[in-house]
Amino acid sequence: MARERVAAACGAANEARAEAPPLVVEGLSHAFGARQALSDVSLRVGAGDFTVLLGLNGAGKTTLFALITRLYHSRNGAIRVFGHDLQKDAQAALRRMGVVFQQATLDLDLTIEQNLFYHAALHGMPHGEARRRIGEELARVGLDARRRERVRLLSGGQRRRVELARALIHNPSLLLLDEPTVGLDMASRQFLLDHVRGLCANQGLGVLWATHLIDEAGPDARIVILHQGRVRAAGTRDEILARAGETTLKAAFDRIIADGAATAGGNPS
Amino acid sequence: MTAPQYGRCLAGIVRREALRWLNQRGRFVSALVRPLVWLAIFAAGFHFVLGVSIIPPYETYIPYEVYIAPGLLAMIQLFNGMQSSLSMVYDREMGSMKTLMISPFPRWFLLVAKLLAGVAVSVVQAYIFLAIAWFWEIEPPISGYLAVLPALILAGLMLGALGLVLSSFIRQLENFAGVMNFVIFPMFFTSSALYPLWRVEEASPMIYWLSEINPFTHATELIRFALYDRFNALSALVVTAYLVVFVALAVWGYDPGRGLMARRAGAE
Repeated sequence: MARERVAAACGAANEARAEAPPLVVEGLSHAFGARQALSDVSLRVGAGDFTVLLGLNGAGKTTLFALITRLYHSRNGAIRVFGHDLQKDAQAALRRMGVVFQQATLDLDLTIEQNLFYHAALHGMPHGEARRRIGEELARVGLDARRRERVRLLSGGQRRRVELARALIHNPSLLLLDEPTVGLDMASRQFLLDHVRGLCANQGLGVLWATHLIDEAGPDARIVILHQGRVRAAGTRDEILARAGETTLKAAFDRIIADGAATAGGNPS
Repeated sequence: MTAPQYGRCLAGIVRREALRWLNQRGRFVSALVRPLVWLAIFAAGFHFVLGVSIIPPYETYIPYEVYIAPGLLAMIQLFNGMQSSLSMVYDREMGSMKTLMISPFPRWFLLVAKLLAGVAVSVVQAYIFLAIAWFWEIEPPISGYLAVLPALILAGLMLGALGLVLSSFIRQLENFAGVMNFVIFPMFFTSSALYPLWRVEEASPMIYWLSEINPFTHATELIRFALYDRFNALSALVVTAYLVVFVALAVWGYDPGRGLMARRAGAE
């Protein structure tokens, strides 16, 4: 009987977890010594959501990404990935997460394929499956034919595509991208945006896309405005515009970060 | 995560380290040339200056080249350990350290795997050196070539772990010059690699005691004895103890909450 009760409880927990959103951040604060980088940050990324984390340079976006990816952790607040607490069950959380960092993270002296096989190994994928997934993802970003070329020979936009392909090889359900379009030309930028939006729409991937470029928040995006380590506003584009009483997102953003009073309404939904 | 997944992760990390080593021609060549310069020039110059009396594990008088060969093997591993420390700093600056750290495997496993990958490369280098050194009449018994393998692995792990600890302290690539001046040279010169410790004791008791507690001395002696089919229990014990301490410090240094990564990030 006891075993059945435990099994039932586990089943219920798993069911709840299966319905848990890809990413929930609650009351997260982080300081580097005396400098407060993040204060009481809360946000949520649902399945299929393209969530844009909008903030100026130094707003705390990269610190937030470092905490969500467990490069370091904070003692204040909680981060849950599909219901898995990052501090208590980091392995389960990281398994379902794909990340494109702001900084270039490919090994320039290795080929595209070698870089991707390395990533697949870091997720414990069998060689055959890794080969298949590498082929699929490289084909989707139009680089399958160049898989044996060294990364050093690729342009900035192509390297970003490889990083995106790499982040998806292990079939994550949550994708984090930290300023992925910095330094890219218009065509590469649009390619990345379209590709990632397509993943949200077609595969139900939850996406957190950090940027300081306001026009990357399309009409369907959910927006979180981060400024000086605090969430100043969150919601759909229309909600943000209504809250700021503006007609363009640029004007709303400027008003919200300039207006300290707007922080009171900054609780994310 | 299952055992085969751990195995695949380890294999992937070792493979990448090997590919990087092969791709970085300069590193590959200098790793071989450095000890050979010591052997061909330094040892030849001191051949007639320094006489080495009969000390274990040698059973007869030996030329100076034969005496310093084990120290040069340890030097290959010391440089390799420090170079993997350099590569950690380089990795971190290039961001690919992040790729490693967001793997779902436990962080201690990732660091140990990185360590093993470095050791695998250093052991290959050591055997290439031994093959070339044969032409300088460094001819240990055939069984010594096999017996030295576990000694090379243990010493390599310890020196690699020291590199890992240092990499968690170093903030910038340029600081590797500091590592050369304050770690590699002092460790190499205050050890039994170039001269027997009884000679050092006659010259300076203080340097003698520094040499006695120097992990590099024990790495050298472990290799020296193993190469001649002997087991140096004291050195094995000391090297193992240092290995445990250095691995613990490295895991602490790369811990997301307590270690130096978070503090360093704040300083950037």
